[in-house]
Amino acid sequence: MNKNSNTYTFLYATALVVVVATALSLTATGLKSRQQKNIEIEKKQNILLSVKKALGVDTVPDRSAYIEELYRRYIVEEYLVDAGGNRKEGEAFTMNMKTQYDIIREINASGISDEKKSELRRKLSLPVFVCRNDDGDLKYIMPVYGLGLWGAIWGYISLNGDFNTVYGAIFDHKGETPGLGAEIAFPKFFNQFEEKQLFENGQFVSIRIVKGGVTAGDRHGVNAISGGTITSRGVEEMLKNCLTEYKPFFEQQKTNAKIQ
Amino acid sequence: MDTEKTGNNTGLFWKLFTAPIGKNNPITVLILGICSALAVTVQLESALVMGLAVTVVTGFSSLIVSSLRTTISPRIRIIVQLVVVAALVIIVDQVLRAYAYNASKQLSIFVGLIITNCIIMGRIEAFALANRPWLSLIDGIGNGLGYGMILVIVAFFRELFGSGTLLGYQIIPESWYIANGGFYENNGLMILPPAALIVVGIIIWVQRSFYKL
Repeated sequence: MNKNSNTYTFLYATALVVVVATALSLTATGLKSRQQKNIEIEKKQNILLSVKKALGVDTVPDRSAYIEELYRRYIVEEYLVDAGGNRKEGEAFTMNMKTQYDIIREINASGISDEKKSELRRKLSLPVFVCRNDDGDLKYIMPVYGLGLWGAIWGYISLNGDFNTVYGAIFDHKGETPGLGAEIAFPKFFNQFEEKQLFENGQFVSIRIVKGGVTAGDRHGVNAISGGTITSRGVEEMLKNCLTEYKPFFEQQKTNAKIQ
Repeated sequence: MDTEKTGNNTGLFWKLFTAPIGKNNPITVLILGICSALAVTVQLESALVMGLAVTVVTGFSSLIVSSLRTTISPRIRIIVQLVVVAALVIIVDQVLRAYAYNASKQLSIFVGLIITNCIIMGRIEAFALANRPWLSLIDGIGNGLGYGMILVIVAFFRELFGSGTLLGYQIIPESWYIANGGFYENNGLMILPPAALIVVGIIIWVQRSFYKL
């Protein structure tokens, strides 16, 4: 057969594409459940790390069993709250923080009327995870999501029962510069958040990332990463924007605690 | 190279396999695939996984294209090669996501970018289209390993001097660090891409004087 003829070329191309497409879809379908499992385990691991659990994850032979076990033991509740701080129907674990971030970013865009803001806020479904420590203390874990220099950054921040003091935090990123912005994913950076406070005299102040070093005793600031200014600023914005939306929830919980 | 007529197969296989690892190394001699060599050599683990992934892709793409070489219409030659390479890269990417999740996260887009690695198309065009499947497979694997070897050497130095670790394990004692009262500090340049160029340059220098190229 003439390999230069149009018919041959078209038939050849069609056959090749069909074969390749079949092979690819078979691979993708076959591996899908395993891939999703990996993503799920990673999310659980980050949630646990934000409450200082699963710290020995790198030393265990079966990571996924270890994480599943700890998650079952410590994370006692997970739910969604709306912008008013009330519980909302829905699955917290599978809630994609990116979709919430898109709404939050719109709320914080300039030139948005208050009316539009409250309309946008009605769409929010914010996940909360509750961890019970071995001594019975409850810790509340909130996911946060934002933008770094090159792409998305995200993390989990956990608060004590006073809804003010940070118990732990962990951050991760899609592709910040190694050695600079990427340092946000290391304990040296996120361990600084422990014991910091979100409120000052009842006012929400979030946590500042201070360039050039915080003064000793600053309860609302941590050191920025040298050479990672934009990523550091991204972390600060992320905490402020996301936790602002959780504020009604924090306040409601605090009032409830007082009544009890 | 007229390989079809050569009688001594074992010797030929061995030559095809070792040439790209030493004297004909794709990175240091042919200067192909440099971009990913800069990007994925900050840590030894990602360099190992990347080397392995590229070896699988070069090996199998050469094998497949070589098996198809008598049927491929010359008009769509490059398109056929691209489809084969792209499909293999996607399969490798999917497998990594399922079985080596952490490594695949670190390599992120660079696995997808294997498609654009000049070594693969270069070997298909220069070798697989003109040679028998088994020879092409050996040639592909040899080139992948030659690439991987340089990646591993570069990553060894970058991780050791840039982070003080190897494969994530602390090698430089913690007590040496200035932060802990010692005298040592990690070299920040090593984790930035220019360091890879410098290390690759030194390897090229050593290799050229060794083989008297």
